[in-house]
Amino acid sequence: MPSNTSTRKGLFRLDFSSVQWGPGIVATLIGVFLLIVLVMPVAKVMYVAFQNPDTGALTINNFIDFFNAALFRESFANSFYVASMSVIFATIIAMPLAYFTTRFNFAGSTLIQTLGMIPLIMPPFVGAVAMQLFFGGNGSVNLLLDDYFGFTVPFMEGLNGVILVQSVHFFPFILINLSASLNNIDRSMEEAALNLGSSGMRLFRRIVFPLAMPGYIAGASLVFLKVFDDLGTPLLLNVNNMLAPQAYLRITSVGISDPIGYVISVILVLFSLFSMWVSFLAMKGKDYATAQKGGGGLLRRDLKPWEKFGCYAVITIILLFVLAPHTALGLLSISTVWSYSPLPDGYTLDHYSEVFATANQYITNTLLYAGLAGLIDIILGTAIAYIVWRTKIWGRKALDLVAMGALAIPGVVIGIGYLRMFYDINLPFSDVPMATWWGIMVIALAVRRLPYALRACVAALQQVSLSLEEAAESLGASKWSTIKRVVVPLMTGGILAGFVTSFATAAVELSATIMLVAKEGDAPLAYGIYVFMQSAAGRGPGAALGIIAVVIVGLGTYASHVIIERTKKANGLK
Amino acid sequence: MSKNHQSVGITIENVGLSFGDTQVLKGVNLKIAPGEFFAFLGPSGSGKSTLLRAIAGFGPTPTGRILIGDRDVTSMQPWQRNVGMVFQNYALWPHMTVQENVAFGLEERKVPSAVIAKRVHQALELVGLAHLAQRRPSELSGGQQQRIALARTVVVEPKVLLLDEPLSNLDANLRVQMRRDILKLQRELGLTTIFVTHDQEEANTTSDRMAVLNNGVIQQVGPPMQLYDAPANRFVANFIGSANILDGKIAVADDGQSSTFISEQGLQLTLGAQPAGKASLIFRPQNTRLEQQQHSANNLILPGRIVYREFLGSLIRYGVDVCGHILSVDELHSIGAIHRAVGDSVSLSVEQEQAVVVNQ
Repeated sequence: MPSNTSTRKGLFRLDFSSVQWGPGIVATLIGVFLLIVLVMPVAKVMYVAFQNPDTGALTINNFIDFFNAALFRESFANSFYVASMSVIFATIIAMPLAYFTTRFNFAGSTLIQTLGMIPLIMPPFVGAVAMQLFFGGNGSVNLLLDDYFGFTVPFMEGLNGVILVQSVHFFPFILINLSASLNNIDRSMEEAALNLGSSGMRLFRRIVFPLAMPGYIAGASLVFLKVFDDLGTPLLLNVNNMLAPQAYLRITSVGISDPIGYVISVILVLFSLFSMWVSFLAMKGKDYATAQKGGGGLLRRDLKPWEKFGCYAVITIILLFVLAPHTALGLLSISTVWSYSPLPDGYTLDHYSEVFATANQYITNTLLYAGLAGLIDIILGTAIAYIVWRTKIWGRKALDLVAMGALAIPGVVIGIGYLRMFYDINLPFSDVPMATWWGIMVIALAVRRLPYALRACVAALQQVSLSLEEAAESLGASKWSTIKRVVVPLMTGGILAGFVTSFATAAVELSATIMLVAKEGDAPLAYGIYVFMQSAAGRGPGAALGIIAVVIVGLGTYASHVIIERTKKANGLK
Repeated sequence: MSKNHQSVGITIENVGLSFGDTQVLKGVNLKIAPGEFFAFLGPSGSGKSTLLRAIAGFGPTPTGRILIGDRDVTSMQPWQRNVGMVFQNYALWPHMTVQENVAFGLEERKVPSAVIAKRVHQALELVGLAHLAQRRPSELSGGQQQRIALARTVVVEPKVLLLDEPLSNLDANLRVQMRRDILKLQRELGLTTIFVTHDQEEANTTSDRMAVLNNGVIQQVGPPMQLYDAPANRFVANFIGSANILDGKIAVADDGQSSTFISEQGLQLTLGAQPAGKASLIFRPQNTRLEQQQHSANNLILPGRIVYREFLGSLIRYGVDVCGHILSVDELHSIGAIHRAVGDSVSLSVEQEQAVVVNQ
């Protein structure tokens, strides 16, 4: 082709193959899209928070009102307290699992690490109700404690319940990051310290711990952010005196013109940004993993028999505790009646048949919404990754920043922003407000999960050595042809993994969609679970629906794992 | 895969290139003749790879002009240049088989599939790996990958062949074999070829001519032996082979017929007619002999003391302290040879014509 370009050159032909135009146009389109569906709704929320609801004038009175009201001050303090305590408990759960499995020769290290990830495949609010059955005031554990020892522990009372459920759900973030840090420590770092006479606790305190610290902080700040923003869990546990539930309740009960919902949104966003900043500071200049060669992780040592016994005992207790929500949910979904008894009175599959008979709509809606959202995400993710890492287009960094910025925006805020912005705009050729259209939920999900897909796509693109592209170009392939035949095929595994991650997490998202569900027929799975769980009679079918959600997310996560491993092997990376 | 009917030359005119504030190439001029096997030799960071990539069309557009034949390619896209490049890490696409890799360039050129099949087979025969056509790159050894990368490049019959350190990932024995194979292939196809390397032995053994680069500037161009025997400056002398280099100045005698070289350490040597000024005196270790006594008027004689002795296999290398300069002397090793000991007083003797004076 190159040798005869001159014969094909038309005078008026825009030469898209030379790619001066292509990525520019694509980048502009994506930029406009993100502006409309992310930047403007959030900006709108920010703006309204500083607006007098009657006159429209700019003011900080809304914030003064907020901090003058005892309920809101309490909600603020509660959210902060719950997020901090969740970090502490999550650390207590994650630390031994990470340390034992990376430090010692341990049969079943992989199994323990895998089991440790399981909480992530269940939305926390689903586990919340199930946890009541095990740990609530009249739950199995307290009934047994009362029978045998004559006392009970208020595990699930008020904020305790939220802290417990959130810690059990989110500790894997710390586990993943901490294990990665520990595994990335170059063995020679530790050997050098041993060689210079350091050992035991001193070695741990002066070498191992500081090197693993950035990973821990990154995980911990993520836990803080997630817990601080979460709406579903407090709502299902009926704990309303926290920030996210207050925002939701104000908007749904008082109306979308009530300024308090917006003030809370601003506070949520600020705290999200703050914890992301902390995590950024922790990692900044401390990316030890890439500065070191070899890796290999810590020296693993064999345990003495009694030590081994102790480790297994600790790990077993932790895992039993961590898997409690799944166990309880599973039992609830097949129980006839379960109340005031350690175990259900009888077992049945009726709840599943009821769900499939009456609540099919929730499942198909979820598959549709999450599928579409995942698709949008990988298309945007691939395009943005390529634009940012392979072109020199002006503003590409900003595009990346905005797309990743969705991480810092709590679902409640997206929900409120969409209501506010798209309520006055009708769908084309109809008088239906856009905010009540099911498609808006798809867009909300796509925007919220875009960072996950984008990260997966960037990781995939970075695995494609630049010389593979240059080789294609020097053999006569244009940019488009190179992207089509070399870049995208080599990214396939990563792109698929990105799709599955977006899909699986979108399938169980509640906080944005709960505000955007206009009619029951459009509602997704998570909303259905929420509705069922509101009544005692609905708990069985709700649990069945929850198990279905867990299966969808679990299969998705497993599929993404398999895909990644398979592509690595196929591409000779492993 | 027939011999190219007309090989083309490459002309590089005043090419400059910067990455940000760092100037990587500074006004490079070079003419490479059609069919020539040309080497870019230099240390890492010298700009040799950048220059090669600029010819292929990768990296920022340089200032100046690059011509392939009489076609100005300076601002052309890489895929419009018809330049074949073999990458240091081979850059074989892991998601395609060997066959698909080699067919890629022909498919991009919309060659009919029957022709593609034939030419791919020929190219694989040429590198002796036709039997591996259905393998994936990850199932090949380093040497095999290298051959496939070559086949993939030459199958499209490029105007010129660019090789970016193609042997650096191979083990020593394979490297020697591959460089002979590459040279043979180049002669068969008559392709104008540029070979980037930091290994002087590779450049010396393969190239018709070579350019030595340092800090983005070409230091000297010529056939390998010429660069070795008559280095243009102390960088070239030092980079190609081992050299004893004495820095100093030349003072011309009143009659103008002879001159005196005075080293920085105060060593004085009488030379023939030379221009006055700062200069370096350069001579090779293997052209320097250890003498017990001074003799022969035509030789430069440098008295000194042995400070180290290294056994290099075929050679014994002595380090001799001459007026504070540590100079190397190589002697051929043979069984039973009598060696000198550290601390021995010796005289170094260099024939005048083996010593080169370069101006600083």
